[in-house]
Amino acid sequence: MNIQALQSLLDGILMGGVYALAALGLSLIFGVLKITNFAHGAMMTVGMYVVYALASGMGISPYLALPAAMVLMFLMGFLIQRFPIHYIEKAPAHNQLLLTLGVAYILENTLLLVFTPNYQTLTVSGFDKALRVGGLTFAPAKLIAFCVVIVVTGCVYFLLYRTHTGNSIRASAQNDTGARLMGINVRNIRAAAFGIGAVCTGIAGGLLTPIMSIYPTLGESFQLKCFVIAVLGGMGNLWGALISGLIIGVIESLSGYYLGGSWSDMLIYGVFILILFVRPTGLFGKVNRREN
Amino acid sequence: MKTKKLEQGTLIVLLIIAGIFPFLSGRYLLSVGISILVMALLGQSWNLMSGYAGQFSFGHAAFFGIGAYASSILYMDYGLSPWLGMLVGMVLAAAVGVIIGFLSFRYKLRGDFFALVTLAFAEMLRVLFNNTKALKGATGVLIPYKNAWREFQFADDKAFYFILLAMVMAATIFIAVMNRRKFGVCLVAIKENQEAAGSLGVPVLKYKLSAMAISAAIAAMAGTFYAQYYGFIDPTVVFAASISVEAIVPCIIGGAGTLGGPLLGALIIIPLQELSNSLFEGTNGINMILYGALIVLFVVFCRDGIYGTIIRRLKGVKT
Repeated sequence: MNIQALQSLLDGILMGGVYALAALGLSLIFGVLKITNFAHGAMMTVGMYVVYALASGMGISPYLALPAAMVLMFLMGFLIQRFPIHYIEKAPAHNQLLLTLGVAYILENTLLLVFTPNYQTLTVSGFDKALRVGGLTFAPAKLIAFCVVIVVTGCVYFLLYRTHTGNSIRASAQNDTGARLMGINVRNIRAAAFGIGAVCTGIAGGLLTPIMSIYPTLGESFQLKCFVIAVLGGMGNLWGALISGLIIGVIESLSGYYLGGSWSDMLIYGVFILILFVRPTGLFGKVNRREN
Repeated sequence: MKTKKLEQGTLIVLLIIAGIFPFLSGRYLLSVGISILVMALLGQSWNLMSGYAGQFSFGHAAFFGIGAYASSILYMDYGLSPWLGMLVGMVLAAAVGVIIGFLSFRYKLRGDFFALVTLAFAEMLRVLFNNTKALKGATGVLIPYKNAWREFQFADDKAFYFILLAMVMAATIFIAVMNRRKFGVCLVAIKENQEAAGSLGVPVLKYKLSAMAISAAIAAMAGTFYAQYYGFIDPTVVFAASISVEAIVPCIIGGAGTLGGPLLGALIIIPLQELSNSLFEGTNGINMILYGALIVLFVVFCRDGIYGTIIRRLKGVKT
């Protein structure tokens, strides 16, 4: 393996981490709410623009803007679940899919209205210098993104497995009625789960802001990728999402290096279709999604 | 029985209005009429597979694009008349539909996962066409203008309009006839409860695949029309996810699984879009925000769609 291939492997791992965080949110939303969230890419773009607006408007570092973005994303996710989605929880799966699609249109085009369709680039001072270690280049923004992803993922696990809220979320995912009988306010807990999912994808978006130029429909290109990762890891399986995020990141950058950028998309969709057919429970999944 | 008469009456009135419309309207209104009919045709195609047979597709752009490309490439490279190219496209799209369907049903995919597979296929085709020179690549196909029947090109947009109207009528009549026959009844049975239908001897796989094939062929027909009418196609246009959405939305607004639903849906959405386009000229986004809000409102408050709700009320069925 030559040095360029090694470089793209490295880039793949770093970017894969960011994908993994976004897909983690999608997987969580699916696992708890059984909703195929088509607004996920749009929510990611909202995260990007919130960070962009705060950083460029107030002149602060995008990483300092992240906590504010988290609060906003949580509120947004909470409200999306609490109002439109809550009313159709008993409806067939495709109705929820359509609803989230409508929400995606609203979010995306609100961004379009406010920020215009132009590309926006956030330049962070001091980030133009890259770290060089033995011929490999480490872009600072990507390195920081990867570190933040690890910290945030750790927090999400802590939240889900070590706190009362997390227990309530997992309880209502397993048995809605049972959770309600135990005195859990299922309605708010489910909304909180959606909120946490929104925070995950919003942070992933915010971390990408210093890395790429952003525009209102950028999230669409991440949407399907998130589905691929979440399904590969097993919808609802959070560890799975994390690992398959890295896998997809590496596949993408290596196949981009060897085959050219657009064919890597082909390959990823191919993997996706194959997984859906052969192993719809994902590489590590337990839940049997076939008996829907 | 009364509602059936009423339904037939409404459709005939709609048809008469649609027939007179081009003679009363100018160039602009006629182009709006064509947009409505394209959406109605796509909607009717989706309606058959997803509204009646219950297999939720999120990738009708795949079939639409195959139709558009088949006729265009055959015409440009081999001089084949687009009329014949359209038939080839329909067969190809039906074949692709059957392949997607067979694999999906063979592996027992349902619901949202089936929707994801159809979406992934459409996206794959988009990338494939975008990067393959033999398929014209990202530049797409520009169809030169020649006013002749054989070329499926007309100087007068009225001719396009009436051809499209005939296509929409054919699709609608097909579904209406299907509804009265075993095939249609069995499709609804499959949608309601596949296992029960199967145990009563309904050939589930065969019927589902037939519904997919016919639906795909109708979408391909719309694709060829699109290519001929607008004269230009490229992968990002005809394989776009927005095309797949355009097939779904009229059914949601009008009522999925009803005969007139997609027609009514298209009749409402396109004028609304045109209206909001002209009202908010120069501002990006408002148009699509309304579109999104409309989807949300209908999914939450009017799940049967307008047409579906009216029919249900008339029949006195309570939910």
